[in-house]
Amino acid sequence: MKSYDLIVVGAGIVGAACADCASEAGLRVALVEPGPIGGGATAAAMGHLVAMDDDPAELALARYSLGLWQAMADLPQAEYRRCGTLWVAASEEDRARIPAKLARLDAAGVAARAVDARELYRLEPALVAGLAGGLLVPADAVVFPPAVARHLVERALRRGTAFYRSGASHIGAAAGVRLHDHSELSGPVLVATGCALPQLLPGLPLRPRKGHLAITDRYPGTVHHQVLELGYADSAHGEADSSVAFNVQPRPTGQILIGSSREYGATTPEVSLPMVRRMLQRAFRFMPVLRQLDALRLWTGFRPVSADGQPYLGRVAGRRDVWVAAGHEGLGITTSLGSARLVVDLVLGRRPAIDPQPYDPARVAR
Amino acid sequence: MRDGYDVLVVGAGPAGLAAAAAAAGHGARVGLIDAQAGAGGQVWRREVARTGPALARRGIAAALGHPGVAWLPQTQVVGAEAGALLVEDPQGGRWLGYRALVLAAGARELLLPFPGWTLPGVTGAGGLQALAKQGWPLRGCRVVIAGSGPLLLAAAVTARRHGAELLGVYEQAGGEHLRRFARGLWRWPGKAAQAAWMRARLAGVPYRCGSVVRRASGEARVQAVEVDGPHGLQRIACDLLAVGYGLLPNVELARLLGCALRQSGAHPCVDTDSRQRTSVEGIYAAGELCGIGGRDSARLEGAIAGHAAAGDDAGAARLQRPRRHARRFAERLDRHFALDPRVRALAEADTVICRCEDVPLSALDGHADARSARLATRCGMGACQGRICGGALAELGRFPRDGSRPPLFPARLSTLAADPVSFRDP
Amino acid sequence: MSAPVRLQINGHGVEVPPGTSVAAAIARLGLPFRRSVQGHWRAPLCGIGVCFECRVRIDGLAQQRACMLPVREGMQVWTDA
Ligand SMILES: Cc1cc2nc3c(=O)[nH]c(=O)nc-3n(C[C@H](O)[C@H](O)[C@H](O)COP(=O)(O)OP(=O)(O)OC[C@H]3O[C@@H](n4cnc5c(N)ncnc54)[C@H](O)[C@@H]3O)c2cc1C
Ligand SMILES: Cc1cc2nc3c(=O)[nH]c(=O)nc-3n(C[C@H](O)[C@H](O)[C@H](O)COP(=O)(O)OP(=O)(O)OC[C@H]3O[C@@H](n4cnc5c(N)ncnc54)[C@H](O)[C@@H]3O)c2cc1C
Ligand code: FES
Repeated sequence: MKSYDLIVVGAGIVGAACADCASEAGLRVALVEPGPIGGGATAAAMGHLVAMDDDPAELALARYSLGLWQAMADLPQAEYRRCGTLWVAASEEDRARIPAKLARLDAAGVAARAVDARELYRLEPALVAGLAGGLLVPADAVVFPPAVARHLVERALRRGTAFYRSGASHIGAAAGVRLHDHSELSGPVLVATGCALPQLLPGLPLRPRKGHLAITDRYPGTVHHQVLELGYADSAHGEADSSVAFNVQPRPTGQILIGSSREYGATTPEVSLPMVRRMLQRAFRFMPVLRQLDALRLWTGFRPVSADGQPYLGRVAGRRDVWVAAGHEGLGITTSLGSARLVVDLVLGRRPAIDPQPYDPARVAR
Repeated sequence: MRDGYDVLVVGAGPAGLAAAAAAAGHGARVGLIDAQAGAGGQVWRREVARTGPALARRGIAAALGHPGVAWLPQTQVVGAEAGALLVEDPQGGRWLGYRALVLAAGARELLLPFPGWTLPGVTGAGGLQALAKQGWPLRGCRVVIAGSGPLLLAAAVTARRHGAELLGVYEQAGGEHLRRFARGLWRWPGKAAQAAWMRARLAGVPYRCGSVVRRASGEARVQAVEVDGPHGLQRIACDLLAVGYGLLPNVELARLLGCALRQSGAHPCVDTDSRQRTSVEGIYAAGELCGIGGRDSARLEGAIAGHAAAGDDAGAARLQRPRRHARRFAERLDRHFALDPRVRALAEADTVICRCEDVPLSALDGHADARSARLATRCGMGACQGRICGGALAELGRFPRDGSRPPLFPARLSTLAADPVSFRDP
Repeated sequence: MSAPVRLQINGHGVEVPPGTSVAAAIARLGLPFRRSVQGHWRAPLCGIGVCFECRVRIDGLAQQRACMLPVREGMQVWTDA
């Protein structure tokens, strides 16, 4: 039986980052993935690297990760672009949220500033008239997530990581996994299988939350920043069965990526035109010029949502050599790099750079 | 309110026109839609300032002239839900409801990559014909036509009529195959007459078998081609190269609707029974969509589908014999114009395969399916949605194009947001 | 024959017979169509609306297929835009 210091299961962006980080620390790593690298939620994602501030634990992990992303800024494959995030206020009520949001970001050390209506239209002339203003986070960026995942895996492979193109079917009572082809690997296991987590670790609840995205043909110069409505958090953190929010992103290609929708209970990947309709109508309210642009593709993906919205990062309760990094919901691209560093630090018995306690899987008592 | 039809027909080529006329003949309220501005499909595409052949005029008039047929040109199907299609026309997007649906979306050319195929001045063979019919200037232009199948001759005739100087027609199939094909042609007198007529129009134009265009070259556009024939390599200076390797069915909408497909060579086509019923209740398919067969089988299958969709089984039954006869012709075509393996080996490592995203062949090595290639290389991510590279990669034996989803063609975002309100009763 | 249609392509006035496609009108002027994502010149390939190599800007809207649209009086066409 082959033996490793760490067996990473799943090569989404989280597993890829874990393999990268562990191999960099000198561990002998195995990476297990049956599908394309970054072919799960990672392939569906918008790739917005954003300091989400609605929850202190989420913001801490995002902030930590955004720092680590700096190292990717000059990597051509990552398609990294620091376009900044422009949060727009649709109403006076929205605008009233700005000071508190600024304070939270400031406390976490994220530079941001309020933007009045005049500047808003200078930054994004395509926004609908009559908006109240907004908030700009200049350092936020966008990447092409599956390409980043591939880059991380390639780097890990160059350091000697063994790649198994197979799925893990079972985690052993001792340390190790059994693969679909019945071969077995021994060593500590780190499960990073995203939405599929409960198949291997049924004690850690996860719900898939479906999302739709649309991408246009190339229309360079139409949108300049990632633009979201300030009410985005209501959609992201609400418990409604389905919700939509205005969220557009300029790709380096000149294409425009348009989101977003969130749905519990939808389990098949088909594009739902009724959902697309709601999502687009929301987007047109903020940016009417979008109406006349050609969409090339629509797609869907599933966000892995944990019991309390925070990822599970750390040792699985009651298991000596089983670790987990999964459940990043709609922020797993942003938080992948920090999550990997944090978990690998715990595996190595090092003290992580941020407090790991809010993400400890032991918090979900089962 | 959205418009509802008893029978909705997608595609106004010979198949769709026949379906619309047959269904309307039974009193059905028919909607006939096509993305093109004019009816006729590929073979009966209207020419600028020229009347079409009598058969085409009759076929078009029988459908468009029928009071029960609503003709909706420049209307492209981009999505579907149970009982309704999402379409886009120059005014915008809307939903069209139906009780029965006839799919007659025809075929596109199989365009295979070779060095230089992205140069301006390189078109499909049927592509050149279509462009010429829409007024593309060819007078005095030196044209090489290449690829495979009878479409090369049809394209050559059109090009010559528009004043092109034809330097030659280069067919990849070997001479022996073609002679055997020609010897069997007497069983289809219409085809034989058509072939004789085309040959007469092409008097003096070299027609070479067993010949493949290996390369096109030029500065900003094509200036010369290299032909690999039985007598070795030949370089020909020209202004235009039209090259097509036959046709492949436009199955995207059928696939989105869940109709069962079957494989015909490297490409899927829609599976139907003898009444042109697909595997989905109330949905029929006819013409090239059910396997490349040409104009005659398209017309017959269209009529069968139209009768069946309007509930007239006797009408559908009457046309079975001629349909089988017409389909046998298609089988012969397939056999005698089968592609020489040379043709699949023309692309070199740096030859662009995905023209929308400029992805070279070498970038696709190691990818076993379309999705993994797309994620890693952007191959198939562009505006044609993989229609060109997907067909080529399937033919090259790499991987098939993957499933359909809306929008079936790039569509305005406002179209995708169009509200499906309740039906207007037909 | 009916009266010709007048349109503007890259600022040049052109007259073509009705029913002519925008693609054919552009070709009559010998103008290039579009540049690929790597900057190479491209022109119509399929002629029937499937390859998207003929995309140009028409009446302010970019990425329109020139082979699918018949010319209209007063149309404003920009290639490589
Ligand atoms: C529409 C949408 C938009 C999004 N936008 C953003 C955004 O803008 N910014 C952001 O930060 N986040 C975004 N996200 C969230 C982000 O995509 C996810 O949080 C993140 O990709 C999760 O990564 P992962 O590696 O955990 O999961 P995945 O990418 O799903 O990877 C899990 C991998 O595990 C593999 N696997 C599963 N089971 C097994 C097994 N038994 N054995 C071996 N391997 C297995 C799978 O094949 C898969 O490759 C978005 C998500 C969606 C759906
Ligand atoms: C470029 C080209 C040139 C050809 N020239 C000849 C020729 O000269 N002689 C000959 O005998 N055969 C020719 N053929 C072969 C041709 O396929 C058949 O002869 C015949 O036209 C097939 O009839 P059909 O009704 O099955 O399909 P078609 O004639 O192809 O008609 C299908 C119609 O469906 C429409 N359509 C497809 N998808 C959609 C959608 N999503 N929404 C709306 N409309 C849609 C298309 O615009 C098209 O008009 C040509 C084929 C091609 C591709
Ligand atoms: S030439 Fe192919 S789409 Fe116009």
